[in-house]
Amino acid sequence: MEDDAPVIYGLEFQARALTPQTAETDAIRFLVGTQSLKYDNQIHVIDFDDENNIINKNVLLHQAGEIWHISASPADKGVLATCYNKTADSKVVTCAAVWRMPAELEPGGQESPEDATSPAHALELLCHLEPAARGSTACVTWEPAGDGKRVISLADNHILLWDLQESSSQAMLASSASLEGKGQLKFTTGRWSPHHNCSQVATANDTAIRGWDTRTMSQIYCIESAHGQLVRDLDFNPNKQYYLASCGDDCKVRFWDTRNVAEPVKTLEEHSHWVWNVRYNHSHDQLVLTGSSDSRVILSNMVSISSEPFGHLVDDDDLSDQEERRLEEKSQEPPQDSVIATYEEHEDSVYAVDWSSADPWLFASLSYDGRLVINRVPRALKYHILL
Amino acid sequence: MAAAAAAPGPGSGPGDSPEGPEAEAPERRRKAHGMLKLYYGLSEGEAAGRPSGPDPLDPTDLNGAHFDPEVYLDKLRRECPLAQLMDSETDMVRQIRALDSDMQTLVYENYNKFISATDTIRKMKNDFRKMEDEMDRLATNMAVITDFSARISATLQDRHERITKLAGVHALLRKLQFLFELPSRLTKCVELGAYGQAVRYQGRARAVLQQYQHLPSFRAIQDDCQVITARLAQQLRQRFREGGSGAPEQAECVELLLALGEPAEELCEEFLAHARGRLEEELRSLEAELGPSPPAPDVLEFTDHGGSGFVGGLCQVAAAYQELFAAQGPAGAEKLAAFARELGSRYFALVERRLAQEQGGGDNSLLVRALDRFHRRLRAPGALLAAAGLAEAATDIVERVARERLGHHLQGLQAAFLGSLTDVRQALAAPRIAGKEGPGLAELLANVASSILSHIKASLASVHLFTAKEVSFSNKPYFRGEFCSQGVRESLIVGFIRSMCQTAQSFCDSPGEKGGATPPALLLLLSRLCLDYETATISYILTLTDEQFLVQDQSPVTPVSTLCAEARETARRLLTHYVKVQGLVISQMLRKSVETRDWLSTLEPRNVRAVMKRVVEDTTAIDVQVGLLYEEGVRKAQSSDSSKRTFSVYSSSRQQGRYAPSYTPSAPMDTNLLSNIQKLFSERIDVFSPVEFNKVSVLTGIIKISLKTLLECVRLRTFGRFGLQQVQVDCHFLQLYLWRFVADEELVHLLLDEVVASAALRCPDPVPMEPSVVEVICERG
Repeated sequence: MEDDAPVIYGLEFQARALTPQTAETDAIRFLVGTQSLKYDNQIHVIDFDDENNIINKNVLLHQAGEIWHISASPADKGVLATCYNKTADSKVVTCAAVWRMPAELEPGGQESPEDATSPAHALELLCHLEPAARGSTACVTWEPAGDGKRVISLADNHILLWDLQESSSQAMLASSASLEGKGQLKFTTGRWSPHHNCSQVATANDTAIRGWDTRTMSQIYCIESAHGQLVRDLDFNPNKQYYLASCGDDCKVRFWDTRNVAEPVKTLEEHSHWVWNVRYNHSHDQLVLTGSSDSRVILSNMVSISSEPFGHLVDDDDLSDQEERRLEEKSQEPPQDSVIATYEEHEDSVYAVDWSSADPWLFASLSYDGRLVINRVPRALKYHILL
Repeated sequence: MAAAAAAPGPGSGPGDSPEGPEAEAPERRRKAHGMLKLYYGLSEGEAAGRPSGPDPLDPTDLNGAHFDPEVYLDKLRRECPLAQLMDSETDMVRQIRALDSDMQTLVYENYNKFISATDTIRKMKNDFRKMEDEMDRLATNMAVITDFSARISATLQDRHERITKLAGVHALLRKLQFLFELPSRLTKCVELGAYGQAVRYQGRARAVLQQYQHLPSFRAIQDDCQVITARLAQQLRQRFREGGSGAPEQAECVELLLALGEPAEELCEEFLAHARGRLEEELRSLEAELGPSPPAPDVLEFTDHGGSGFVGGLCQVAAAYQELFAAQGPAGAEKLAAFARELGSRYFALVERRLAQEQGGGDNSLLVRALDRFHRRLRAPGALLAAAGLAEAATDIVERVARERLGHHLQGLQAAFLGSLTDVRQALAAPRIAGKEGPGLAELLANVASSILSHIKASLASVHLFTAKEVSFSNKPYFRGEFCSQGVRESLIVGFIRSMCQTAQSFCDSPGEKGGATPPALLLLLSRLCLDYETATISYILTLTDEQFLVQDQSPVTPVSTLCAEARETARRLLTHYVKVQGLVISQMLRKSVETRDWLSTLEPRNVRAVMKRVVEDTTAIDVQVGLLYEEGVRKAQSSDSSKRTFSVYSSSRQQGRYAPSYTPSAPMDTNLLSNIQKLFSERIDVFSPVEFNKVSVLTGIIKISLKTLLECVRLRTFGRFGLQQVQVDCHFLQLYLWRFVADEELVHLLLDEVVASAALRCPDPVPMEPSVVEVICERG
């Protein structure tokens, strides 16, 4: 189907950072941060016109340094946070900052690709999430359901909770905790749970996954050896509050129930190299997206452990979604986990994948060579899930 | 005819030559016989037995009966020359003379005999006359004797009759006396305990007493007898109830009681009750042998006891019962069957308990012998009491035990397999300490394989005992069919091979913390073991099994190909896992080396970093290790000077072409296009891809994993100018040494190119080192 053909967009620079504009629920919009050591780095605001299959882009300058991680505020469309490298005195430091996009860009986005060379707008710095000599920041994550005032950043072995005040122009360190142990412990990634009134955060360091309570900043669970090697990414099931997906260098994707961390609920082993990213679909949590350095993006259908299992496997958290109820009545087949599709448009390692915040059937993936690919869930499956 | 004429045979033809000298002697003798026969008037036919000879009617035959001198003379004269005539004449004269003298002698002798015969006859005449006189006298005497005898008989006639009558009276009196004495005799017998005698007396008298009971005196006797008999029965019963005196005596008691006309029904009940008591005693003693403590006697002894004690007792009881109560008909037989069934089931329960204790034991032959005895002993009562189903129950037990035995052997095999794996682990751990790297890997493999095989064979042999010809139950349908196919072949052998595969696979399933505990060499060894099983061992074992246990069962069995496929899959997974583990080891080394170094402030490279040398060393070690167990495999043909040639592939010219202009803002898309086009032509590399069963493929896998890790790690760092150059040097070094291990060296080049390219990208100030300098450094290192 023509409609299902992927849309490819090329960036000039290497890129690792990708996020949907979380607060935007109408337009399909992704933010991509580039990595270049020699030139000014950019944030590309990619608008995808679903009807015409056209990509519109805006380029914002991010002069502070190469972008390793990017995350958009869930409340304010114009606010985003980046983790970037600063090279100074032959030393590399990773910092984090909150930025505001120039306002005039938002309605626009009609610039044609030929105008790419026109002077780009710069980001407006709101505040630094300066850890005050606390090492390199690996990741910034926003409180998912809040008003965009609370942010957690992970710096080396510290987990820092910030309160953004005065329309985010000031960051106050609300509380912090640090991980102590043998050797040099370093957080690699973290994720804020949308459940439990947003009081839980999960972090990964080396092969372990830890859960934290943001109210007391204390550890609530720990999955030692969650993966055979480094854990690369985490994601919470948006509909089942105890379910967590993780991926890592052992080429596996694992699904956990945080109430019982002894064994994974399920393990997928479809990739042939490290899995860098795992993302649940925001509304249909059986759809799980993974990106790997084998240059592949895999969309899996994890029906059996989703909140919409065919066999009506109801977890203790109640299912409120109308859609789900319809589904349960409809489906007769036994649950069957399967790979829906493997996308091979990339030719370099895929370091980031994410779903659109506006269209639940659409996702983007970004490979190191700067190629952004926008794909859709196969139509047949979409109708199967909906009807 | 022509042939006979042409070829004179070894024997000459009849009549064509004169009779030989050797034939002359019998000829003459026959002539004499003929004459004698003639003399005695024997018929011509009888005399003429000879096939040939002169015609007896020939008138020219001198000795013939029809000799005619005239014809003879005529013939002589006509046929013979003078000399021969003369000769015949002298011959004739000599013969006549001889005949004359012979005749004279004969006449003389006969005359003498005739004289003596006459004398003898005269003498006999005399003697006979004397004898005649004496015979006359004898006749008269005999007549006198007869007369006397008749007179005596007549005199005694009267007395004889009286004596006969008296004798009759006497006999009658004797009988009467017996009857009168019967009560006292019976009493005496009872007192003496000669119950048999008493019963016999009673039996003899009963009919008479019955007949004459209308006479008062007899009636009294009968009453007495009845009283005594009742007492006798009482005593017999007493004795019977006391019961201590063994089955034969009890049987005797019952027999006597029956003879006394006691009700059979009741007796039969009692008899069985007693037998039950006795047999229960046996069972109790068996149970005591079982005991709560571990049994002292071995199972053979136990079944022997059971066989002789209980089963023997049961046999006796059954035999006696059938003999005694044969008149009871089917109801009685049914009673006995129920009795045997109940006790039998208790016996079986005991035997099963005992056999259950035996399950852990290793000695199959003892068990089989015990089962054999058990089964054999039960055949006798089984035949005697077909309705009780004892033999069937026994067969069931034997079958169950056999099944459990199979399970036990399967466990044993699994334990042996795990044991040998532990041995291998230890053996692998030991030389590590000594500093040697697994030289005995092939040996270890052979050891493991042979020990497993010998265990399998031992198990087969000991299970085979169950089907041995001399074992009484081996011809049961279970042991001929299902035991062989489903039991031995499927559950034991196939089950073991499957569990072996599973055990082996479990080593790959937990790559996290536990995978680290499995020595990679063990993975390699297991993989080879499974592969060997796939190629040869499985079919060998199954053929062996099928031969030993001639499988007659038609039920479906797992085909060899399925098992082989499973083994192959296991081998593949193990090998893949080996590659992953080894790749991980090297990856970790590379990752640490990239992550811990400060690449921005590094100095100008002078040497290849030690870790790269280590990587090459380790790879070489792995190469050796794999080479011990796996064949070389095929690699793509390359020119021998490949290390030199490929250096140019990622030499500065290409780097500059690819990266240097890529950041001129004027043509940013072009470079992307360039690199993408380049990638279009190189195949996608599957890093963790399944490997083939050869050394090159294994090494390729490991190197792929390692280099990809290097690439990813490099991309996460930022490099200074010298950092980039160091990466260049390191990659060239790897290039120089790693290409020889892989199937397609282009792959190594590609990955190393990527590494260097990525490092260049991650460098704010990319100034690559001169290729010649790189070469010099690498050669020096």
